[in-house]
Amino acid sequence: MGKLSRREFMSLGGATAVAGITASSSLLASSAFAAEPVKLGLLHSLTGTIAIAEAAMVDAEKLAIDQINASGGVMGRPIQAIIQDGASQPSVFAEKAALLLNEYKVPAIIGCYTSASRKAVEPVLNRKRGLLYYPTYFEGEEEDPNVIYTSQSANQSVVQAIDWLAKEKGKTFFLVGSDYVYPRTCNLIAKATLPKVKGRLVGEEYAPLGQTDFSAIINKIKAAKPDCIYSTVVGGSNVAFFKQLRASGLDGTKQVLLSTVVSENEIEGIGAQNAVGYYACMGYFESIPGAANQAFVKAFKAKYGQKRVIGDPMECAYNSVYLWKKGVEKAKSFDPQKVIVASRGLILEAPEGEVKVDEKNNYVWKKVRIGRARSDGQFDIVWQSPGLVEPEPFIKM
Amino acid sequence: MNFSIAVMQAFDGLSLFSVLLLMALGLAIIFGLMGVINMAHGELMTLGAYMTYLTASGFEKYAPNLMGIYILVAIPVAFLASFALGYALERLFVQWFYRRPLDTLLATWGLSLILQQAYRTIFGSGEVSVPLPSWLNGPWNLNSTIQIPLNRVFIIALAAGVTLGVYVLLNRTRSGLRIRAVTQNRAMSAAVGINTRKVDALTFALGSGLAGIAGCVFTMIGSTNPGTGQLYIVNAFIVVVFGGVQSLMGTVLSAFSIAQSQSWLEYFMSGSMAKMTMLAIVIVVLYFKPSGLFTTRVRS
Amino acid sequence: MKIKREYMELGALATLALVLLVAFPLLLGGFYLNLAGKYLSFAFVAIGIVLTWGYGGILSLGQGIFFGLGGYALAMFLKIEASGSNLPDFMIWSGIKVMPAWWAPFSNIYITLAAIVLIPATMAFVFSYLVFKKRVSGVYFAIVTLALALTFTVLLVGQQSYTGGENGITNFTTFLGYDIYSHASTYAIYYTEIVLLLFVAMGSTAVIRSRLGNVVIAIRDREDRVRFSGYNTAAIKAFIFMLGALFASIGGAFFTIQAGLISPTVVGVTSSIEMVVYAAVGGRLSVPGAVLGALVVGFLQFYLSNNFPHIWLFFLGALFILVVTAMPNGLMGLLDRFALSRE
Repeated sequence: MGKLSRREFMSLGGATAVAGITASSSLLASSAFAAEPVKLGLLHSLTGTIAIAEAAMVDAEKLAIDQINASGGVMGRPIQAIIQDGASQPSVFAEKAALLLNEYKVPAIIGCYTSASRKAVEPVLNRKRGLLYYPTYFEGEEEDPNVIYTSQSANQSVVQAIDWLAKEKGKTFFLVGSDYVYPRTCNLIAKATLPKVKGRLVGEEYAPLGQTDFSAIINKIKAAKPDCIYSTVVGGSNVAFFKQLRASGLDGTKQVLLSTVVSENEIEGIGAQNAVGYYACMGYFESIPGAANQAFVKAFKAKYGQKRVIGDPMECAYNSVYLWKKGVEKAKSFDPQKVIVASRGLILEAPEGEVKVDEKNNYVWKKVRIGRARSDGQFDIVWQSPGLVEPEPFIKM
Repeated sequence: MNFSIAVMQAFDGLSLFSVLLLMALGLAIIFGLMGVINMAHGELMTLGAYMTYLTASGFEKYAPNLMGIYILVAIPVAFLASFALGYALERLFVQWFYRRPLDTLLATWGLSLILQQAYRTIFGSGEVSVPLPSWLNGPWNLNSTIQIPLNRVFIIALAAGVTLGVYVLLNRTRSGLRIRAVTQNRAMSAAVGINTRKVDALTFALGSGLAGIAGCVFTMIGSTNPGTGQLYIVNAFIVVVFGGVQSLMGTVLSAFSIAQSQSWLEYFMSGSMAKMTMLAIVIVVLYFKPSGLFTTRVRS
Repeated sequence: MKIKREYMELGALATLALVLLVAFPLLLGGFYLNLAGKYLSFAFVAIGIVLTWGYGGILSLGQGIFFGLGGYALAMFLKIEASGSNLPDFMIWSGIKVMPAWWAPFSNIYITLAAIVLIPATMAFVFSYLVFKKRVSGVYFAIVTLALALTFTVLLVGQQSYTGGENGITNFTTFLGYDIYSHASTYAIYYTEIVLLLFVAMGSTAVIRSRLGNVVIAIRDREDRVRFSGYNTAAIKAFIFMLGALFASIGGAFFTIQAGLISPTVVGVTSSIEMVVYAAVGGRLSVPGAVLGALVVGFLQFYLSNNFPHIWLFFLGALFILVVTAMPNGLMGLLDRFALSRE
């Protein structure tokens, strides 16, 4: 060490820092490629409150990148993942999106979970002509030309879910959600759907984000005696909500509970014993039969461990990488604007089955499924839409 | 509101009281008695929660037929782990800050960042869940309309036990006498031969250990993830300050009044309004009673 | 000794002015200049904290509120301008049909600027005067302000149709017709910010050096004696607190325009505590230190999270502990000690 000059030492430090970035994202399938790698931004919260949901999405994206690199890359070039931490803070998301586009010159970003972070990133995309794949179910109500929305929009979950509940389970509804934009918009849609299915609203409650005690809301539900409870309580709160529901005797036998935000990941936190019997409406469940999904699940568990589970947003994150690859290959260019145009009508055979980017907007057509939680934390699929459901960015109410 | 709902609502107020109390007890000792603003207190709770998770996993693997009683083991494990961490923290750096209380705020803030990241690195970013033994799972059906959550009954009993234990320890034992002596007059205590540094470390560790028990309880009714502690810390501080620092009785009464008002407000208002009203009440009360609701007069 | 110190402060301020006005714009590209500008918006808050905490002994864990008041006021103006003849988009989704009466005035730039100055200042003075009159101080004040910060975020998130809720207010385009993201605007906004920041820094230094400053320090050290000498200590403390709130509000406005958004997480409990950290890292008794602290912590977070996205909090946490343990008066305290040891 003593022989190293200061200059050598500094450059060594720089090299290890760079090695740190590349090693941590496990890219570059060794020497198989002579071509220069193409960078892909992965922008999620790795720290802060939202990391509980988002960190796992990065894992799924890295799996897709590994697979693509192992089979020849995108247009002959391997993908180099540039991972950035949005730290659960919208302003940091905006900053990191600008960093990715400005300094790393990534042709596309896959990222964001909350609408707050997406809304923060969109103006940056607009200025720098960037492209974002947004892999999370959300409330819709927007159509940004630089974003491809790869998960369910509200009509692909809420409308289907309410319709199914009213047909199968009962006509009186209690809506409960966290107090922010996604639950409030979902409930607006739910309320607009109720008259069409002859349903009736008997209560609507919102808990502040981060709420840990749901006793009062549970008592309000008990007093209202609904047939169906539709929940959009999110994050750590939804763990508390489900645990306390079960403990108070609302175990899904008398009342049916359905959520559009509880995937296998959330059940990990809630505990399978507390979630069993509750319903979720999603595009993807880990238990979907079929070779494509089995291969995906097997590859994921081989990479990250047998105990890991896969929830809907993770699969959408995984799909996003492949959708980008297909878009690039169809456009024969990494140019974001060309990729967006080429993506119109693009069809991908995903683990969940076929998904198709809409011809006019940037949402995807996909199947919608309702699952009932089992005691092992997985879902029995009890219903699925007969065909692909058309996305409606702006719900007609 | 019918009778059954009223009964359950009353019970929930009581249950929230026990939760707030467990949450605030450790802080009442560390912040109230010792005057240390420990922003990492929430992370000590999280440690208790993760210890409960580890204990449960251990039982699941090595003694699955004893799963019914693992929680009785988890509580002392959670206490001891947080106690040990608290002891180490006090020795390593909190002890240097007794004269600079506001600096501890920053140092422990840094500490809480490190602990959160450590949990994330060790246990993963996602949530973990702890299976409840069957005798704590589900409700106790008083009649067809009144259901009382069993785990909440357990938590109330535990809170009562722990509070009683702390009371006895502080007021009926020699160690408690030393703790009170040192926190009230350090110089005088040192002069009569008390090893104040040892007492400080043990007091801090005791407060930390209580946070561990609180964490163990939260896994039963709430979520466990690296950032869980942040959900509770502000409320814990509010309970302690509202009650008047330096007074354990104050903390108990404060937890009771906050829990009751919050529980009932939430029933009659929307969640956000209830929370805001509650905070407004706290601020107004603190305005009229600047040193807390229930203060014991001490000569300073 | 005392004189030497004063020169050092002045020297530090002059160096800072040179770096911020000349070196940064020359050396940093638009992207990093915008980042610097964003981090410097916290320097306003940090200077306020130096005044209130370092010299006044009043620790507020609720500066995010005032930062937010300024930030939201400007965001409302920018949003109205960006929406043209329509209502802001989040109001439309929330089913609001007409512009709420308390939004309408913010279409006027003069009213907006007046609001950025007057609303936080008035609120801070009235609130803190009442509280100080009751002799609430120390940790009680800290916790009360923390509770206020929490209330503020609950209010912002809960009133989604008027505040944008958790998403906050985003997607601005122009300021008085100028594209706020153009190259020229980046520089114009940056220079405006620096000039104001230096003005605030020099003003604060002047306040500290003045007779009033001496009284403030005296109050911090022995309030009762000052009160017995006939001073209205509550009013003096409230004035200092008001200055801190005013600076925070100005900082918030600059944050909004440079970050392109304002949201509840920027002004909440965690952010409010972080603002105190900026001041502590720089040195809570030093005005230039506050600016330095905001820059150092900002860029360090940026650098660490860019290079170590999964584990950067370890380093940041360790830094805070190190600062408090090894440098009780922050980075500037270190400089101070270094300079004095050279004598």
